[in-house]
Amino acid sequence: MEWLVFVPLAAMALITAVLVIVLRNPVYCALSLIGTFFALSGIYLLLQAQFIAVVQVIVYAGAIMVLFLFVVMLLDLGHELPAWLQRDRPRLLLGVGAVALLLLELAIPIGSNSSRAPQGPYTSEVVGAIGNTQIVGRLLFTDFLIPFEITSIILLIAIIGVMVLARR
Amino acid sequence: MPEGTFFVLMVAKIVVVFGLMLLSVTYLTWLERKILSDIQVRLGPMRVGPHGLLQPIADGLKLLFKEEIVPQAADRTLYLLAPVLALIPAFISFAVIPFGDRIRLFGQSIDLVIADVNIGLLYVFGVASLGIYGIVLGGWASNNKYALLGGLRASAQMISYELSLSLSVVGVVMLSQSLSLVQVVDAQARVWFIVLQPIGFLIFLICAVAEINRAPFDLPEAETELVAGFHVEYSSMKFAMYFMAEYANMITVSAMATTLFLGGWRGPWLPPVVWFLIKLYLFIFLFIWLRGTLPRFRYDQLMRFGWKVLLPIALVNIMVTAVFVALR
Repeated sequence: MEWLVFVPLAAMALITAVLVIVLRNPVYCALSLIGTFFALSGIYLLLQAQFIAVVQVIVYAGAIMVLFLFVVMLLDLGHELPAWLQRDRPRLLLGVGAVALLLLELAIPIGSNSSRAPQGPYTSEVVGAIGNTQIVGRLLFTDFLIPFEITSIILLIAIIGVMVLARR
Repeated sequence: MPEGTFFVLMVAKIVVVFGLMLLSVTYLTWLERKILSDIQVRLGPMRVGPHGLLQPIADGLKLLFKEEIVPQAADRTLYLLAPVLALIPAFISFAVIPFGDRIRLFGQSIDLVIADVNIGLLYVFGVASLGIYGIVLGGWASNNKYALLGGLRASAQMISYELSLSLSVVGVVMLSQSLSLVQVVDAQARVWFIVLQPIGFLIFLICAVAEINRAPFDLPEAETELVAGFHVEYSSMKFAMYFMAEYANMITVSAMATTLFLGGWRGPWLPPVVWFLIKLYLFIFLFIWLRGTLPRFRYDQLMRFGWKVLLPIALVNIMVTAVFVALR
């Protein structure tokens, strides 16, 4: 039963992700990326992570991609890539190398015998009993407090940096 | 409840809610014209039917028979897709809003909400934040300066006010300890959240008007500067779809304000659904009244107000609420 939902979602995620790279019009690329985010959000729902699923849509599809589109439209990028990007051997080789490395990384867990990931303390029964949002909130402010705060400081630095650069 | 009955009930609820919403959207156009004309001391639509009551139907038929025009330089796919992208989020966000208490009908107990999901509040915000794509893409795909400017304004405005909007309801979430809208209504059994969260309510109301692009926040379509903004190039039913989306958004936002701050369907004597509708239409009347009263913001005023006034107040509101909840 789960497969009926998972396979279309996974296929959609993969196809739209490829389209992000393949399509030539930047607006369509951005829209494909939104499609990827939606498919991912659906997969999160399958994993009973409703909070993460909705936050994925609100933050990525609803805010960040709107900003992307905003910039793409403002710059009015042409529909074709500039010539210097189209035929570039070193870049191509670098890209192929990176893809090969990622495939290798993927092959290691698939190749190893343990097909299931180790089970953490938050099984679907526990999540159902406490509540998805509550668990995320509690973990953010206990176990992951320091990484959480460091992330916010990094973001703050980025914002201040943008202000400094923009005022120049 | 057997699975078959559940399925039938679900479909029935969806059909009834969707139908009622379509009907409301149709007649909101009439209501808006009537209220505005009353404010401006004139009669408004009077010709079609008694007091112009058949006017929305005449308008709908007229729009159906208008010529479909696609600008030559437009991006055809996105141009046709954009109104649909605006309309769908406007209608599906109502799915999690409870519009009445549990009732008994034909020996079944029925919850008067289509889907009580545990993240209902976030679902509404998530869906609402997608409505912007219809406007932005419509503005871009038309390949028209005014439309593009309208679309860009819409995206900047939405992102700015969405922040304060989400922050304004954090107080409500802290008080009700839940993101499920059914439980938010349950938490208001004793006292409505408008009493406990008056500042949150005001911020929510202001941001809500900005989110649905209505006066005084209707910069994306500002007639005096941008002709008609993002929908300049749209005609016929595609134009109508943008308007349906706007009115459907108005209903959803009013329903959210009712649910979060006015106790949802709760109220004495009258049946819950009636209370819900009364409060809902109170907000709709308020939105129309605002349009008839206030002039439009200037763009810099809009941005300054959103970032330098609303956002700080919303943050302070959260802090004060947090202290009270912790001390309780």
